[in-house]
Amino acid sequence: MLCSLKRGTLKNVSNMPTIPQDDAFVLNEVKNACKNIFKCMQCGVCSGSCPSGRHTSLNIRKLVRKAAKTADVLHDEQLWMCTTCYNCQERCPRNIDIVDAVLMIRKVAVHEGIMHSEHRKVSELLLEHGHAVPIDKDNREKRIKLGLNELPETVHKYAEELEEVKILLTSCGFDRLLNRAGKKDAGSEEI
Amino acid sequence: MKGLTLFLGCVIPNRYPGIEMATRLCLAKLNIDCTDLEGASCCPAPGVFRSFDEPSWLAVAGRNIVLSEKLQRDILTICNGCFASLADANHMLKSDPVLRERTNEYLAKIGKEFKGNIEVRHIIEYLYRDIGTDIIRSHIEKPLKLRVAVHYGCHLLKPSKSRELGDSNRPEFFDELIECLGATSVDYPDKMECCGAGGGVRSALKDESLKMADHKLSRIKEAVIDCIVNACPFCHMQLDAGQEEIKQRTGVDYNIPVLHYTQLMGLALGFPPEALGIDLNVTNNGKFIEKIEEML
Ligand code: SF4
Ligand code: SF4
Repeated sequence: MLCSLKRGTLKNVSNMPTIPQDDAFVLNEVKNACKNIFKCMQCGVCSGSCPSGRHTSLNIRKLVRKAAKTADVLHDEQLWMCTTCYNCQERCPRNIDIVDAVLMIRKVAVHEGIMHSEHRKVSELLLEHGHAVPIDKDNREKRIKLGLNELPETVHKYAEELEEVKILLTSCGFDRLLNRAGKKDAGSEEI
Repeated sequence: MKGLTLFLGCVIPNRYPGIEMATRLCLAKLNIDCTDLEGASCCPAPGVFRSFDEPSWLAVAGRNIVLSEKLQRDILTICNGCFASLADANHMLKSDPVLRERTNEYLAKIGKEFKGNIEVRHIIEYLYRDIGTDIIRSHIEKPLKLRVAVHYGCHLLKPSKSRELGDSNRPEFFDELIECLGATSVDYPDKMECCGAGGGVRSALKDESLKMADHKLSRIKEAVIDCIVNACPFCHMQLDAGQEEIKQRTGVDYNIPVLHYTQLMGLALGFPPEALGIDLNVTNNGKFIEKIEEML
């Protein structure tokens, strides 16, 4: 099982370097990524329908406001609490693509080197195995017991197909992105 | 009608292979023309990889689609995440010439090209729309007298503008698929709420993620049901393995059996629980299996 991130761990990473690129540049990136967040009227319909917000510190209404104002949003732990359930986006009276905006802001964060260590691990698994959740011994046995082949008909079974996925990911620069990301843990700023 | 290829994804073949077996048994029994998609990879998972780097997400998703294009078959997904990734990628590559050109430049490096001539399906909407509840009913060998809490999961229905499956607030098609097996789909509070796993929350912020699962499970428990039925292995893992993780954290033991729809359907089609991997959950399904065996 994946190890859990103990609450508060992130907040202890206090010596955060500042955003490497200049703030204006990054804010511009965020603005380009989600143009229509500026139509937000702060009505709170989104946060009122957010399942994550019922149980975590995510306040999507405030996060949208923050994203429209400051690049600090990239360091906000709330950015990673959204399950992308789309409730907010379905209900927003201003038709703001809220989830798309969250995904875009995450993208800018990752490209700035800000990423959760668990997400980096999952990405490394994808790079190595072509599966974000690769097979393990226990499940090889379960497959045999069920009468399935020990390995599924995926890249797990066909080495040359896995090679194709690796070629694609490296030509897109996904490996280099991971080397850059993970230098800093996500959400390490006190909110 | 085009034939199908079975897209396995990661969690089903590598964590819940019983769902893979159940799917294969059901498709064969219903005479659905579906072959393996050899050499497919991770979709890649939309909540994480799409938000890390869209070009690589799109290139790898594009490759999976091209594998099925070569066979001139539509893709059949059995996971809401795979469905979201591949259906969205397919739509983007079909409709945006710039994205398509860029992605095809990457795909050319492995001798492939996205052509845009197939569709991506999810087994729930496929069974409902293309097979239909009457045909399914005609194959039933063991009507299931069970009370079921259905969990649609988010990405089967939303974003609704790109799903075309009707109202995402009060859908009924999955309930109808459950009821055509003889079971009762029981309403419960917060039925349409997220399980808490998506968007990379389960992997990075487990405690937060489990609070959402705990809430959902507590609502389901109140409804007094025999099992939860889902359409997605990631929801399946969150609601099944999550019960054990919640027990370790809070001491509350829900002990609710969790089944993918193909496993429930497999039971109704007459397959024994062990052939469908219903005994392979993290939660002990012993009592549920006894109940099924008594139903003969
Ligand atoms: S629902 Fe839409 S307009 Fe209202 S606060 Fe949320 S993002 Fe802004
Ligand atoms: S998509 Fe994210 S922010 Fe929107 S309601 Fe769901 S969990 Fe909340």
